Amino acid sequence: MSDMQSQDYVRRSATTMTPPKVRSEEDQVAKLIDVSRCIGCKACQSACMEWNNLRPEIGHFEGSYENPMDLGPSVWTLMKFAEYENEQGNLEWLIRKDGCMHCEDPGCLKACPAPGAIVQYANGIVDFISDKCIGCGYCIKGCPFNIPRVSKADHKSYKCTLCSDRVAVGLEPACVKACPTGAIMFGSKTDMKDWAEERIVDLKSRGFEKAGLYDPPEVGGTHVMYVLHHADKPSLYSGLPDKPRISPVVEAWKGIIKPLAVIGIALAAVGAFFHWTTIGPNEVTDEDEAEAERVLREKEEEST
Amino acid sequence: MTRPANAITRYTTLNRVNHWINAGLFILLMLSGLSMFHPILFFLSGLFGGGQWARAAHPWFGVLLVISWIGMIIQFWRANLPSKDDIAWSKEIVHVITNDDEHVPPIGRNNSGQKMVFWSMTLLIPVLFITGLLIWEVYFGEATSIPVQRAAVLIHSLAAICAILVWVVHVYAAIWIRDSVRSMTQGYVTPGWAWHHHRKWFYELAASRRVSKTPPRKNP
Repeated sequence: MSDMQSQDYVRRSATTMTPPKVRSEEDQVAKLIDVSRCIGCKACQSACMEWNNLRPEIGHFEGSYENPMDLGPSVWTLMKFAEYENEQGNLEWLIRKDGCMHCEDPGCLKACPAPGAIVQYANGIVDFISDKCIGCGYCIKGCPFNIPRVSKADHKSYKCTLCSDRVAVGLEPACVKACPTGAIMFGSKTDMKDWAEERIVDLKSRGFEKAGLYDPPEVGGTHVMYVLHHADKPSLYSGLPDKPRISPVVEAWKGIIKPLAVIGIALAAVGAFFHWTTIGPNEVTDEDEAEAERVLREKEEEST
Repeated sequence: MTRPANAITRYTTLNRVNHWINAGLFILLMLSGLSMFHPILFFLSGLFGGGQWARAAHPWFGVLLVISWIGMIIQFWRANLPSKDDIAWSKEIVHVITNDDEHVPPIGRNNSGQKMVFWSMTLLIPVLFITGLLIWEVYFGEATSIPVQRAAVLIHSLAAICAILVWVVHVYAAIWIRDSVRSMTQGYVTPGWAWHHHRKWFYELAASRRVSKTPPRKNP
């Protein structure tokens, strides 16, 4: 949201030079969402709206606990409710807090054409700097999790900031602060992984053999992680991607074609210039004019 | 405007106005599009009043270009129909490039290089238009799925690169073949130019007596 951050940038969108990373000792942070402890109270959703001063338009009841029905430019986090009938024929209510995953290798940042509109701080948080956003929507195409939303009001893209403004001054994100069951934890990524391990052991002892941590390596890990009872099937949780990755289409576009095209166009122009200086212009000579006149004269004589 | 007595009209006023509207829009599209393509060219967005403006204006330039190009198709499709001379001319492309015109077979109003420019643009502009609509975030951001838009943005950039390369060839060819630019700015060429570069076309005009030495014709 703001570039008034004390953390250093490690990545910056549409930037050919890597920003200096001075304070390399900075801890990587992570938010751990323990789905097994979530009661679906939506305190996190309210806290997010409160802290970030977001007021989405009041919608309509759609017959679901989900409210609103999708993330939006003013809905940065959303409780998603899935009903799952397990192998024993019992109903499980799988509630997942959806929002930006803060990928270590962020697809949005790779796709962004506006210098500095998307940054990654040394602590791992991926942040949109709205001031520099041009509203093209490329971040939406780059994101493997379908998170960013472009506002129709100001044509800028928005998503969870992981409360970068709070984290910068040593506070936990608003959703973490508000969670009444401790299902959302925040700290260094190492600590969060350790904590997740304990939870997974506990869940396994209680019959959830496939319990595990969701920290997908395809995007270099994420700074928002989930403890899932069914870590073998993340898609049960309202379509959490089983294997999230930056689309190969986006990789081709931003990885190979982008530099090659600029070089190709430059070479074409340089090639044209050297054609001019070696072979030179193709000019009409006086002989051509004389010859043309002769033909015209003949034709005129023929017709008279 | 002053033109020599024996000047041959190559492009009518309508041809020229349409062409330059088209050229202006193409350049605006190229500058604003490239600014969103590679960060080293992002500064070009400043020409449009910043990134937000470049992003907002680009699709509208595109819509206008499509309309302008329809005008170009109507006026130029006939002159760009393929003929058997094209193959003979293309085979001598090395002689064409090296200005060795003795070995270049005579051709009609347009050579196959010019036809290639016309047909490439006629193919690429609709591709750019359709893929451009799909990624026009303001109006069509929610109209199609994200995978469709990813494919669209890739095709859009590839087609744009091809169009820019064709444009570079087109612009350079106009500079290289002297007095071509005048034919598109003032509309006329000299009989010697037509004789030198488009001999069959010259003979057609001579035979139909649309070129005569007198009187000087007014600009059509």
